[in-house]
Amino acid sequence: MPAVIEVRHLHKRYGTAVAVDDVSFRVEEGEIFGILGPNGAGKTTTVECVEGLRTADRGEIGVLGLDPRRDRAELTQRLGVQLQEGQLPGRLTVGEALRLYASFYRKPADPRALLDVLGLSGAHRTPYGRLSGGQKQRLSIALALIGSPEVAVLDELTTGLDPQARRDTWELIREVRSRGVTIVLVTHFMEEAERLCDRVAVIDRGRVVAVDSPTGLAERVQGGRRTQIRFRPSTPFEDSLLATLPDVTAVTHQGDLMVVTGNADVLTAVASVLARNGIVAEHLRLEQPSLEDAFVALTGDHAARPDTTGGSAVNVAP
Amino acid sequence: MPAPASPGTTPPIAQLPASALKLLALTELKLLVRERVGPVYAIGLPLALLIVFGNIPFYTAHHTSGSFAGRTLLGVYLPVLAAFALAALSFNVVPAVLAGYREKGVLRRLRTTPVGPARVLAAHLLVTAATAAVSVATVLLVARLAFAVALPRQAGGYVVGFLLAALALLAIGLFIAAAAPNGRVANAAGATLFYVMMFSAGLFLPLDAMPPLLRHICRASPLGAAVQALSDATDGHMPHLLQLLTLAAYAVVFGAGAVRLFRWE
Repeated sequence: MPAVIEVRHLHKRYGTAVAVDDVSFRVEEGEIFGILGPNGAGKTTTVECVEGLRTADRGEIGVLGLDPRRDRAELTQRLGVQLQEGQLPGRLTVGEALRLYASFYRKPADPRALLDVLGLSGAHRTPYGRLSGGQKQRLSIALALIGSPEVAVLDELTTGLDPQARRDTWELIREVRSRGVTIVLVTHFMEEAERLCDRVAVIDRGRVVAVDSPTGLAERVQGGRRTQIRFRPSTPFEDSLLATLPDVTAVTHQGDLMVVTGNADVLTAVASVLARNGIVAEHLRLEQPSLEDAFVALTGDHAARPDTTGGSAVNVAP
Repeated sequence: MPAPASPGTTPPIAQLPASALKLLALTELKLLVRERVGPVYAIGLPLALLIVFGNIPFYTAHHTSGSFAGRTLLGVYLPVLAAFALAALSFNVVPAVLAGYREKGVLRRLRTTPVGPARVLAAHLLVTAATAAVSVATVLLVARLAFAVALPRQAGGYVVGFLLAALALLAIGLFIAAAAPNGRVANAAGATLFYVMMFSAGLFLPLDAMPPLLRHICRASPLGAAVQALSDATDGHMPHLLQLLTLAAYAVVFGAGAVRLFRWE
């Protein structure tokens, strides 16, 4: 089956500055695909080329089998776009905006129903200029979905939202996906990618450094060897009891806490040894490699700490 | 529905329902009214000026000799009020609104939809021109009914002159919007031009009362040419070809310049 979005060797420069060096990825039907990267990595430029707002200098882009520049008429009917910065006239009301945008499409969604889903029904008659940041953001999502698109590209979806609104928005996006809409999510927000995306492309300095599921990325980068267990043993025992296990790489102490590091199976191995010896692990906590760890490792120091340039690279394998 | 097999980046005109264009124009009209600046400047002020002038005997007295022979000063000023309405919209409304649309990303968002931003510009200009037409019609009617000023004797010529003037001025307004980096600059440039242009329209000193050299210079300006054309039609002559060509030239030059310079974002 052909991919919903296929980008091959995309290259785009502004003057002498290379915004996108060489980006390739495929987005499959029905998935939530994340584009993750530090600021200035080329994420927005990449999706702007996909949306047909910019012309690529090199490379090929296909969206639903269409060329974003040549087939604009058809593409705009089937691709919904939520822009990072795109306001509306201040005196246009929410209801008017949705009705106006609905009139642009062949088979628009029901504006009323969309407002309900987005929790904007109460703001139906509110002028755009009087909406809160969260309401503006939700209206922006509504406008991206009003044309019943097959694909929606959402750029910095939850930036500026409070934690509750952010969670509500994620729930909404899952719901949209369950209706069969393919979603591309541009974000620099790790938790968002981790919770929402089926697959993530990590972009750094204009290049794709990895494409995988959030867990896949986390495990791949850490070599699967950085799961950590912390607990307070009910009775003291020799470190060697655990340190000799094949799944364990290190045993250290933090006060009366024992810290055991190992691969993904370390918990099972440690638990069975402790059980056999009648030791209870109190205050047990498990720390697994996160997407954030993977991200820092993949994009290097400059992304995690923007004030240091050209710092030492983080070791991918321990 | 099959994809249109059009090469290049032709906008999807055929696919757009007429309701979209109607709704777009209606929306622009609502916004213009809600912003108040347009209606107040373009309809309220000319009407207020008409009513004030109309109640001062100095303006309503018939001149029997001199530059205004056979006319009242009020009648002389009516074409200036028409120019005022056009200029107010073209210099004080169009640049600020359109540059604001670009600055706020309104046009950018529209680029991602099937309508595209060009139609919004067109809808805005159309609504603006219609507002100016309403203003001129109202002023002429009130002048006729309340102050017994005759309607333009050469109606066809008046309409032609008005349409060309509207094209020329809106083109200049669009050009300011295209050249200005943001809404504030567009607003300042427009407001400044408004006063300069209103002088050349004869707001402070009627064209016919100007010294010949100044009169010729003013007639070469867009508003001066517009007022001369409308005055001729008011007096019952076809507007002079020179003024019509002047207006057409402004429309073409600034229209082309605006199209070339205009950025959607």
